[in-house]
Amino acid sequence: MDNNATTPLHPEVAKEMAASLELYGNPSSMHSFGRETRVKVEEARERVADFLDADTASVIFTGGGSESNNTALKLVTCTDSTCVRCPATRKKIVTSVIEHPSVLNTVQKLESRGVPAKYISVDAEGKVDLNQLEAEVTDECALVSIMMANNEVGTIQDIKKIAEIAHRHGALVHTDAVQAVGKLPLSVRDLDVDFLSFSAHKLYGPKGVGVLYAREGAPFCTFIHGGHQEEGRRAGTLNTLGIIGLGKAVEIASREMSERELRVRNLKNRLKEGISSSIPDIHINGHPIDNLAGTLNVSFRGAEGESILLYMDLEGIAVSTGSACASGSLDPSHVLLATGIDAVLAHGSIRFSLGGFNTEADVDYVVEKLPGIIEKIRKMSTMYSKSGE
Amino acid sequence: MESNWMYSEVVKDHFVNPRNVLEDENAFEADGEGVVGNIKCGDQMLIVIKVNDDVISDCKWKTYGCASAIASTSILSEAVIGMDLKEAYHIKPKDIADRLGGLPEHKIHCSVLGDKALRAAIEDYYKKTGRDELIEEQEATVICQCMNVTDIDIETAVKNGARSYADLQNMTKAGTVCGQCKKESEELLHQYIHMYAD
Repeated sequence: MDNNATTPLHPEVAKEMAASLELYGNPSSMHSFGRETRVKVEEARERVADFLDADTASVIFTGGGSESNNTALKLVTCTDSTCVRCPATRKKIVTSVIEHPSVLNTVQKLESRGVPAKYISVDAEGKVDLNQLEAEVTDECALVSIMMANNEVGTIQDIKKIAEIAHRHGALVHTDAVQAVGKLPLSVRDLDVDFLSFSAHKLYGPKGVGVLYAREGAPFCTFIHGGHQEEGRRAGTLNTLGIIGLGKAVEIASREMSERELRVRNLKNRLKEGISSSIPDIHINGHPIDNLAGTLNVSFRGAEGESILLYMDLEGIAVSTGSACASGSLDPSHVLLATGIDAVLAHGSIRFSLGGFNTEADVDYVVEKLPGIIEKIRKMSTMYSKSGE
Repeated sequence: MESNWMYSEVVKDHFVNPRNVLEDENAFEADGEGVVGNIKCGDQMLIVIKVNDDVISDCKWKTYGCASAIASTSILSEAVIGMDLKEAYHIKPKDIADRLGGLPEHKIHCSVLGDKALRAAIEDYYKKTGRDELIEEQEATVICQCMNVTDIDIETAVKNGARSYADLQNMTKAGTVCGQCKKESEELLHQYIHMYAD
């Protein structure tokens, strides 16, 4: 139940990748071997473009979500006046406090290089404060980067509205859609974003490959320099097998997504009801309506997350936690703290993220095992006493 | 599951079957009690002891924390029952980690608080029995050779508000010459922030 971390390869994706193993030609080569591979790569590009409602020329294949995010954010620092695609004099970045580390750490690095940045806060349910955003997106703002759906609590942002605010002030818009693509229907035209990042392995595709959508005509600065691949926007011989797998995963998503997400949401509701009716003193994190179908983030008062995770692991259940202990740092999840919950609840948080291959039997097994685990931990805990005692 | 468990088998055993958990605080008539830990960092520990002729006759505990916090308190409680107070008073985190068959490095500083809780419980007992003279100043270890800064200096700096390595350097001058002690100082800094910061 850790599908937000990664998903298993869809059998049809595995099949398509296996069938392409012998396709060793370099898609940049002009001879027939190269062309044969290029046809497959371009087929994948078309599948992605169709799925995102984008032009094929706006789809850039990358090494994954983190690279896509880095590329989109770092283009604002280009100061090379001969670089015709780069943004002009604007530098400021506006992002949120609950972004993925691949955005937060990148923006922090850019700040150390003199780029002004603002981190918009969120409410108790993880929604970005649009009033604060509106106030921060001034005429100096180069880029607004807000994630579409949060990986920890599953809250979905109103990216269309955010893009509307940003564009009104002439700023570019990037959205980290790693958790959204393959789970939510989306159109880059309708959202009106300039950049969008996603990764194949979150939608039953292979690891190490992703996409950066860059609207045609939007300023762009190459992050990885070298050869002329991807029209000079991302150098390096293409990860052909990965791209073929990504294309197939996207094609499957376009067929199966709506039915799958409905089923996943029903499973999550079953899990939520099962936990709520059998375990007292819990807190459900995230937005009650605008959330990812499979993400359920629960805090168990007085029980520490790493202990819960490891007792569940011993029962064969895989989840993740926002506890500091699991991260090796001293602070619990920055996302949960940003929603204003106290540290004890943040340390006691467990994220269940269900996917297309989970079953009712999986959910019932968790609901059977979890109450005993929480009770055992709470009995040992200095931070829990049953109500009435 | 066995082969890729992140801790040793001893840790797993004490995590799955914790010994001497304090189930009823009111029923246990403690002679000494110690609580340490910082809930914001995710660990808190309570140790209670009964003492008979300066020997620990019983020891029970409660822990809010991760698997190594639970296991380290459990194994400590087992080890100190029947132990002379003086010996128990000088148990170090490394002794506990060794008994557990080792712990991941980053876990030793943050989760092994049992020795400190036990020390606090023993000091509580000494105070209650009017033997404050047995309470020892902790032995200092020099961390920064260049500026002669000890672990106790670092602890004091944290108690006085040091929260970053830069603060520590300003307040103690540790690591301001050759810088070789940076890693160790930072580990201690984090450990003491863990124990004392709000």
